[in-house]
Amino acid sequence: MTPPLLSLREIRKSFGENEVLKGVSLTVDAGEVVSIIGASGSGKSTFLRSINALEVPQSGFMNFEDLSFDFRPESRFFPTAAQLQSLRTRAGMVFQSYHLWPHMTVLENVIHAPIRLLRIPRKQAIEEADALLSRIGLYEKRGSYPSRLSGGQQQRVAIARALAMKPRLMLFDEVTSALDPELVHEVLVLMASLASEGMTMLLVTHEIAFARDVSSRVLFFDQGVIAEAGPPDILRHPESDRLKQFLHRILHNEVVQASAALSTQEGRLS
Amino acid sequence: MTFVLEEFQLYGPGFLQAAWTVFALTILTIVVSWACGLLAALAQRSRLKSVRAVAGFYIWFIRGTPTLIQIFIIYFGLPQFGIRLSPFTAGVLALGINSGAYIAEIVRGGLTAIPSGQSESALALGFSRSETMRTIILPQVFRIILPAVTNEAISTLKNTSLLSTITVVELTLYAQTLIAATFRPFEFYIAVAVIYLVLTTVLTLLASWLERHYARLS
Repeated sequence: MTPPLLSLREIRKSFGENEVLKGVSLTVDAGEVVSIIGASGSGKSTFLRSINALEVPQSGFMNFEDLSFDFRPESRFFPTAAQLQSLRTRAGMVFQSYHLWPHMTVLENVIHAPIRLLRIPRKQAIEEADALLSRIGLYEKRGSYPSRLSGGQQQRVAIARALAMKPRLMLFDEVTSALDPELVHEVLVLMASLASEGMTMLLVTHEIAFARDVSSRVLFFDQGVIAEAGPPDILRHPESDRLKQFLHRILHNEVVQASAALSTQEGRLS
Repeated sequence: MTFVLEEFQLYGPGFLQAAWTVFALTILTIVVSWACGLLAALAQRSRLKSVRAVAGFYIWFIRGTPTLIQIFIIYFGLPQFGIRLSPFTAGVLALGINSGAYIAEIVRGGLTAIPSGQSESALALGFSRSETMRTIILPQVFRIILPAVTNEAISTLKNTSLLSTITVVELTLYAQTLIAATFRPFEFYIAVAVIYLVLTTVLTLLASWLERHYARLS
């Protein structure tokens, strides 16, 4: 039996008085696609960000490949700066608002980290980046600056930038939330193809349909704990009342939006 | 007209020499000021309170006291402690430390203009804090602060005239010695003003070329 790729135990995080994560545990095997859903403020983003220690938990344990951390500040196994860097080079992250570097071209954005951190020769890094950019359909934009790209294109480049490090794990933090509705699809398609290739992924998302169709497991966060977890089927047949209510609200919103869109169309027609 | 030509032959080489001194003073001062300014700006963001306090004191002191007094402290004051500097070195040091405080404030402003996501995405890829600062944040900051930094370079250039008080033979002091000999302050001060104007204009043109260069890039 192979050990899990990632395991987290009793992760706790507070911001001042506000306890955002109240002891969250999770084990992820290689190749799994784990969707994390929940209302804003439920702790889901903080949890994702604690996996690559962009938010350092106050306590809890973590194992990732050869790394073992104990986040209690006085612990002997509190991660060193070098260990954190090592973790982050292997766990790629994509953000809601892309955060491409505006002073670099698309290609430079993608090759910067592999050249500097993995010490890949520049020529090889460019070849690999070109292959990635072709794959995401943006090869011809390689010389452009990010400001010339649409949101969906920028987000795809951000994914390519993370993939260029050949990560063992990808973390997606609401990556389609800042996009115009018509641009969401191209990003989801790319993520789905990554998932089908066996990339281990954790994603915080509001795209319930995507979570249902692509993930191998769904976690529902509520008030700093995992309130319900299971196969994607729990999105059709939720057990807990809180997940039922959450799904109902989301579904209701979608219906309201759809009918609003419909009525404006009708208004235009008549 | 003959007057101008004759005068030019007589005093031209001296003025050229003095203008060169101003140029050298300015360049060296800018180097010192950037070293001080970057250090102070980064120190202000340090996690250590004592480091922040030192940087804060430096900026507070420099901005709150006259530049001339700072020059005097270094040139006339330091020898009391056995530190004797040539007028030129003392001048570069004093003006560099002075301008550094203003550079620090400019850089600080530039740093706050960069969204936190920029460094976050670099850290998330595995870059260290210093690499993130050097390769992601500062290149962006530099573009933002270019106009303000140009202003600072221009005032540094003009401030070199203060060094006439500690016997650095730059334009102002050279003119003063000529005036003492000829009793013609108007012509010579006008001539000096024109040379300063040429130097500052060159600086401005250089900066606007840089700005256009960067605008093309992004």
